Amino acid sequence: MSQAVAVPEDMEQVYAYPRSLTQANSHYCPGCVHGIVHRLVAEVIDELGIREKTIGVAPVGCAVLVYNYINTDFVEAAHGRAPAMATGIKRVSPDKIVFTYQGDGDLAAIGTAEIIHAANRGERITTVFINNAIYGMTGGQMAPTTLEGMITTSTPGGRDHLLAGYPMRMSEILAQTAGAVYVAREAALDLAGIRRTKRAIKRAFLAQIHGLGFASVEVLATCPTNWGLDPWAAMQWAKENLGAFYPLDTFKITDEVKALPV
Amino acid sequence: MALGMVLIDVDRCKGCGLCTHICPVSILALSKDTLNVRGYHPVMVTDTEACIGCASCAMICPDVVFTVYRRRRETRSAVARTASAQAGVISG
Ligand SMILES: Cc1ncc(C[n+]2csc(CCOP(=O)(O)OP(=O)(O)O)c2C)c(N)n1
Ligand code: SF4
Ligand code: SF4
Repeated sequence: MSQAVAVPEDMEQVYAYPRSLTQANSHYCPGCVHGIVHRLVAEVIDELGIREKTIGVAPVGCAVLVYNYINTDFVEAAHGRAPAMATGIKRVSPDKIVFTYQGDGDLAAIGTAEIIHAANRGERITTVFINNAIYGMTGGQMAPTTLEGMITTSTPGGRDHLLAGYPMRMSEILAQTAGAVYVAREAALDLAGIRRTKRAIKRAFLAQIHGLGFASVEVLATCPTNWGLDPWAAMQWAKENLGAFYPLDTFKITDEVKALPV
Repeated sequence: MALGMVLIDVDRCKGCGLCTHICPVSILALSKDTLNVRGYHPVMVTDTEACIGCASCAMICPDVVFTVYRRRRETRSAVARTASAQAGVISG
């Protein structure tokens, strides 16, 4: 823990370690945005006072060990199947708050069917979707979200749509489903974006607490290691390039969700 | 008297540098000649008096290294006045 330092009496604490995060040091690479978003999820769980009744569903991907960090109950799903598992848990225990935390390989490639149908069925679950435009865990292969021209280990000449198709805007797709009540995209790439991301995650949990339907937040993120950029440069690159292709917006919000006090 | 103060959990830091870029008063730097227990050059505060307690570092840090304190509202303006008088500037 922190060194023992006397805090002057007329100072107040303005940032403290979230209660819903364990003390574990994460395995993430230096500067990885997964850490920022884990913290935001934990802060939201703290603020809503739902830690004891929340169940997370972990993905396959770099966040596979999220259950070691976010201090709620957790289960681990097969690759991409977190929304299906969350569906089962929520239906059996409707009083629990159930969320999935998924990367873009998990949610937008192998798990495309599960997320779309969970959204379309209006499952009362919350999804946090990290879009870093790459498969981080397995060594930086192309994801469905990889931008055209982007170099990855499986697109060494840059993604070419003739060979590898076009990048996919998942939130825009999910927003088409009748069962979704809240679908937003934010970017945890600067201070304002991090604050907005937290607000969106809170809204997505509140939608579930009020039993309204499927809610998801896509978060534009970085993978400094596999992009080959230092963490700060990766954030600037992401703002400029991911931000240009993936607009930050609320693609769907019902009147009931809009009325929730965030 | 500083307006704010950060506590650094040195061994959690991965030396990613994000906080050093975000700090509005540029008082965070990676300590080039020390290593923490995990083998990273951890962050350090170069001028404790200049901290304004804005918590920007805590907001961007992926590894929850910072705990942040800020002087209470009642004393903050007095501190700011003294500081700007000392520096011979009017602060906003
Ligand atoms: C059924 C199955 N197929 C493939 C894999 C290999 N695999 C592990 S993680 C991963 C992609 C993860 O990428 P993403 O969801 O974007 O998460 P990130 O690591 O970038 O956070 C793949 C393909 C697997 N574990 N299981
Ligand atoms: S490989 Fe990429 S996504 Fe995975 S921990 Fe490292 S920086 Fe994060
Ligand atoms: S942002 Fe956090 S992990 Fe990165 S250098 Fe600063 S204190 Fe260390």
